Parts: sequence; structure tokens; C-alpha cells
Amino acid sequence: MSPPPAEVPSYLTAEAGLWSWLRTKDHKRIGVLYLVLVLLFFALGGFFALALRLELLTPEPDVLGPMAYNRAFTLHGVIMVWLFLIPSVPTTFGNFLLPIMVGARDVAFPRLNLFSWYLFAAGGVITLWGLFQGGADTGWTFYTPYSTTSGTDVLPILVGVFIIGFSSILTGLNFIVTVHTLRAPGLTWMRMPLFVWALYGTSLIQVLATPILGMVLLLVAVERVAGIGLFDVGRGGDPVLFQHLFWFYSHPAVYIMILPTMGVLSEVICAFSRKNPFSYRMIVLGTVGIAFVGFFSWGHHMFVAGQSVAGSGAFGALSMLVAIFTSIKVFTWIGTLYRGSIVLSAPLVYALGFIFFIFFGGMTGVAVATTSADVHWHDTYFVVGHFHYIMVGSALMGFLAALHYWFPKMFGRMYPSGPAIGSAVLIIFGFIVTFLPHFLLGNMGMPRRYATYPAEFQALHVASTAGASLLAYGFLGIAGYLVWALVKGPLAGDNPWRSHGYEWASHSPPPAANFLTPPEFEREPHDYTVVEAPRVY
Amino acid sequence: MSTEGTHTGKFRAEHFGTLGAQKDAAHLGMWTFLATELLLFTGLFAVYAVYRWAYGGLFHEAQKHMDVLLGTVNTFLLVVSSTLVALAPRALEAKRTHVATLLLLGAIAMGLAFLVLKGVEWGHHAHEGALPGQWYAFEKLRVPGASLFYTLYFLMTGLHALHMLIGVVVLAVLAVRLRRRTITAEYPVALELGGMYWHFVDIIWLFLYPLLYLA
Repeated sequence: MSPPPAEVPSYLTAEAGLWSWLRTKDHKRIGVLYLVLVLLFFALGGFFALALRLELLTPEPDVLGPMAYNRAFTLHGVIMVWLFLIPSVPTTFGNFLLPIMVGARDVAFPRLNLFSWYLFAAGGVITLWGLFQGGADTGWTFYTPYSTTSGTDVLPILVGVFIIGFSSILTGLNFIVTVHTLRAPGLTWMRMPLFVWALYGTSLIQVLATPILGMVLLLVAVERVAGIGLFDVGRGGDPVLFQHLFWFYSHPAVYIMILPTMGVLSEVICAFSRKNPFSYRMIVLGTVGIAFVGFFSWGHHMFVAGQSVAGSGAFGALSMLVAIFTSIKVFTWIGTLYRGSIVLSAPLVYALGFIFFIFFGGMTGVAVATTSADVHWHDTYFVVGHFHYIMVGSALMGFLAALHYWFPKMFGRMYPSGPAIGSAVLIIFGFIVTFLPHFLLGNMGMPRRYATYPAEFQALHVASTAGASLLAYGFLGIAGYLVWALVKGPLAGDNPWRSHGYEWASHSPPPAANFLTPPEFEREPHDYTVVEAPRVY
Repeated sequence: MSTEGTHTGKFRAEHFGTLGAQKDAAHLGMWTFLATELLLFTGLFAVYAVYRWAYGGLFHEAQKHMDVLLGTVNTFLLVVSSTLVALAPRALEAKRTHVATLLLLGAIAMGLAFLVLKGVEWGHHAHEGALPGQWYAFEKLRVPGASLFYTLYFLMTGLHALHMLIGVVVLAVLAVRLRRRTITAEYPVALELGGMYWHFVDIIWLFLYPLLYLA
């Protein structure tokens, strides 16, 4: 490994001052800018999750009244889905790593990339303003006719999410063009790192599904302002049509959240079992398969909304296909771990947590995709448990794995391993205690979105709230040691994990130009058949 | 396509290896953007399909009150303007920058004429009370659900008109840049991309026209 040349500054020190960050066109700095916002939003959303759990500690409404509770779960949902989960991995680690992983100097359209960040920030501010100054009680799904008639302040939130949608589209567009046109010589499609494949699949969904969300949010906004009657039964409209359009985006949006983190898993598991992927091709197939099938399963959200039996059956079957592609990936990851030289580290612990949780989340997903069973579980805590296993158990674990894996790449410093593994274990344990009771509660008949409940559900709710407090301590721990590492952590060196991923072929933190000499990727991206780590360019 | 430009340094951003690669990226970016735009309109087309299926007879009845003549004139204007825009890169290639600029100005004039006619048409509808949802007061067609057709009519033509307006601004900027010689035959990509956008807006209208005026 070549020593970092002292004369070339890293992207962090290439220019100084806040202003140089706010007008940067460097994809790495834009990734860091996104990371700051996304973590801020996550903290806010998490705070309101705790408020909800605190209220549910007792059957009576003592911390939050019913209206305050409705506003709080809307806040939690809107922030977590639109402001955290959807942008989380692509805009931060994707922006930072995608050009490096394909051996490029930047994304295809750097100015557009910065513009996307400003759009995201503006949309985020408008959404938060709407959530805090008035507060909506519709939940993050804005179902009509409630969202068109609710007296709460839905409009600014619709506008904010609409703007965020455009930011998401432009990021996806940028990534697609980057992958197509800026790959280094010799980097064929089937030699792209698996994280790049995951980002590419995600970008396709972002570009093709998000405009439908934009349109339907616009229609709800126009309905509220002008009473145009598209979703109003009194004027001949159909409120269920809203659900179809909404889920045409919002179901694929689940894969916007999960696909990039699956890409993270493929990277992390290869790096820490020091083995080639069990099957590169099958992971690529799974990625593309999920991105494709994801477009044809939205109807499973409407099994009890008067959808035809034939329609529901078809949507149920198509939804189960997603489980097949997912299990191909899980099988491949486990195959990669099997007989590897496993290095226990924080990223790997999160990755293992991800695999464990996607078993539960995926299998309960198949369960609720079964039309007859869904009639019983629909709108209960069973569904809440299911999607939190996917969105927190899987997507968030993937995000944390990425954060811990690439932290030394991005900032050049190392966090202490002991506290990191400790926090990871605490978070995984806290997660199980928080969300396992939800399956039991839902099966017993506890409905979603209520501030109060019958006394016999209390024991399980207390367990869930206790678990949530463990999660909070885990996150505080992470915040503590990462901030410490950022300031005082020991220098990590170019490749602290001795990973063979392409991104480690540049210095850590990388220079503004990513590589000092044009890189040549001569081997497969996750090739551990050779012992030495890749040369640093 | 990897047509290496002769004056690469002048037009090429440093993260592209060749000018050809940069050109490919710009085109692919525009196509991707147009795919997104198409999906945006698809949302409205889907809503149209659903309500047309539910209220077939009603939509047929409502179309009898549309001004087919104005719609047809507008279709003609758009198709001709698109032809002019398509000819502009050819003119630039032949180093006849003036002609290219004039072609764009012609297209802009037709686009503006389209918008004026559209405004006149909307004015007629508003005068007759053929308006969306709660504003609906159209005496000639008083059946339940009749307002839905006009809701969709105003949404679809409104969104299209907004795109037309953006297109006119884009063409105007291109005309100015042609005049200032910041778009030249060596690297005419901006002109090509603007043209693609204009054609897209035109093609959307070619679907709106039969759906709203003819069928």
C-alpha cells in the first residue's frame, strides 16, 4: 500500500469554509451534505417514535391526546419515510461512492447533483414547517377522502414531499447516466461492484415511479384547494383510485429503501468473510428482479378496499415473487459467509442483524400477501411489525452497516471497535424487544393508529416501549463514539478493512479528484482469490 | 458514438474523458428525463382511462361541446413548430446560424399562438360554466359525474400548457445563445436537447387531442 502523499489534500481539506461546502460540485462533499441532513431528520423522526411509544405505555391517553397522537405518528411516518429512508443510502453513500466505484471523477451532472441537494433541503424544510406549525393527522399515506377533507394542515406537507420527489428523480437520473457513460475502461456491466448494481436498480425505480407520486400528491393538493372532485364520491370520483396511484409509487418505494441496503450487505459480507460472493450473477439477478417485480405488486395494499378477487389473487402472487428474489440474495449472502475467514466487526454485526430481520420481515410479508390471512391482519399491529422489520430491521441495519463500513473511507478516521459492536448488539436486541410484540399484538386484534387500547394489551406494549428505550440508548452510543472519532479518532489508513472493493483503490479520505492516476480495475470487484488488497491509485 | 471533438477543451467538462462521452451522457440524461415526464403524464392518462371506462357515454356527450376547430388549429400549429425545431440543427450544421435562429423564432411564435388559442378556449368553457368539480355550472350537460370530464380536461391541458410555456422559454434561451454564438456547429448538444423536449411536449398533445376532442 502506498503511503498517502502529503502534498495532495483530501476532498475534506481541498477548500475551506462553509461557503465552499454550500456551493461544492464534488460528489463526495454532496454525499456528506446529504448525510448531515439525513441524520438530522432521522433524529427527529426517532424522537417522535419515542413519544408514541411513551404514550402507548398505558392504555389511557396521558402523554398525548388522540389528536396529538395522530399528529405525532404522521410526523414520525412522514419524516422517516420521505426524509430519511428513501434518500438514506443512495444520496449519502451512493453519491460518495458510486463515481469512485466506477472509476470516475464525478457523477455525470455535478451541478444537477448539488441542485438535487438544495431541492431536498427545501422540500424537507417545507415539510417540517407543515408538520410543526399546523400538523397533519392523515398519516404518511394521505389517504383520500380523509386527506382532502381533514381540517389539519396537509397542504404544505404535500408540497414538501412533491419537491423531495423531484430531488429523488434527479439523483436517480444522475446515477443512471453515470453508470452508463462514466465507467472506467474495462469495467464491464458484469464487473460492476454489487453496490453499484443495487444503486442502478434503485435509480430506475426512482425515475419511473416517483413521477406518479408527484402527480397524485398534486391531485390531492388541487382537490384541497379547488374541490375538483377526482377522489370525491359526491362528484362521481373514486377515492380508491387514489390508493392505486399512491401505491404504484409507494410500494416500489419500499424497494428504493431496501435495494441499496442490500447492495451494502453484498459489499460488507464479502469484505468481512474475505470471500468472493457465492454467486455474483444471482445477486445481480435478484436486484434486477426485485426492481422489476416491485412495480407489479402494489395492489396487495388494497385487499380489503373492494378490489376484485382476481385482482387481489394476482397481486398476492406477484408479491410473493419478491420474496423469491429476496431469498436468492439471502441464500447467496449466507453462502458467502459459509467457510469464510470471518472478521467480527461492527459492519458485519449489522449485516448479520439485517439477515436475521429480513427472514422475519420477508416471511411475514408473504403471510400478509396471502389474501385470506390479510383480512385478519390488515390495519393491525401485525402489519406495523412486518414493515418495521423491513424498514428498521433491514433498511436501517443496512444503513448503519454502511455508515460503519465506509466511515473510515469518508473521514479517514477510525471509531473504537468495542463500543461499536456493543451498540450494534444493543440495537439489535432492542429492536427485537420493540417489534416482536407487535406481531403478537396484531394477531390478538390491536388496530393501528390508536392512542388508547384495552388493558389486556398493556404487557406487550410495555415490552415494546422498553425495547424502544434500548434502541434510543444504542443510537446515543453511536452518536457519541462517531463524533469522538471524527475529532480525535486514530487515522485509519487507506484501507483499514483490507477490503478488495474498488472504492478502496483510492486514498481514504479520497483526494478531490478521487484518484491521483487513472485507475485500472483488473480484477473482479470482490475478488479475494488474491491475497493482497488492491493497489491505491 | 465516440466522435472525438476537435476543440475538446472548450466544451468538455473535465470529468468526461472525451467530448463524445459527454454528448452521450447529455442525450441519455435527456431521454431519462423525458421518461420521467412521460410517467408524470401517465398518471393523468391512467385517471382518464379509469373514468372513461366508468362514464363512457358521458365522456362521449361532453366531447360534443368541445371546440374541435380550435383544437385542430392548435394541433396543426404544434406539428409545424416541431418541424421547424427539427430543422434547426440541420441549419446550424450547414453553418447557417441565422436560419436556425429564425426557425426557433418561428416555433416560439407558433407556441405562443397555441397558448393564446388555448386561453381563448378556456375562457369559453369558463363563460359557459364548464369548470371542474365544485365550480361546475354547465347548463347543457347536467348529469352526475359530468364535471369529471372537465376536471380532467383542465388538468391535462393545464399541465400541458405549463410544459409549453417552459418549452417556449427554453427555445427563447436557445435562440439567444445561437445569436451570441455560444451554441455552434461544433457542439450543438443544447439545441438538440431543447428540441427533444419540444417534440415531447408536442407528442403529448397528439395524444391529448384525440382523447379530449375526437373520440
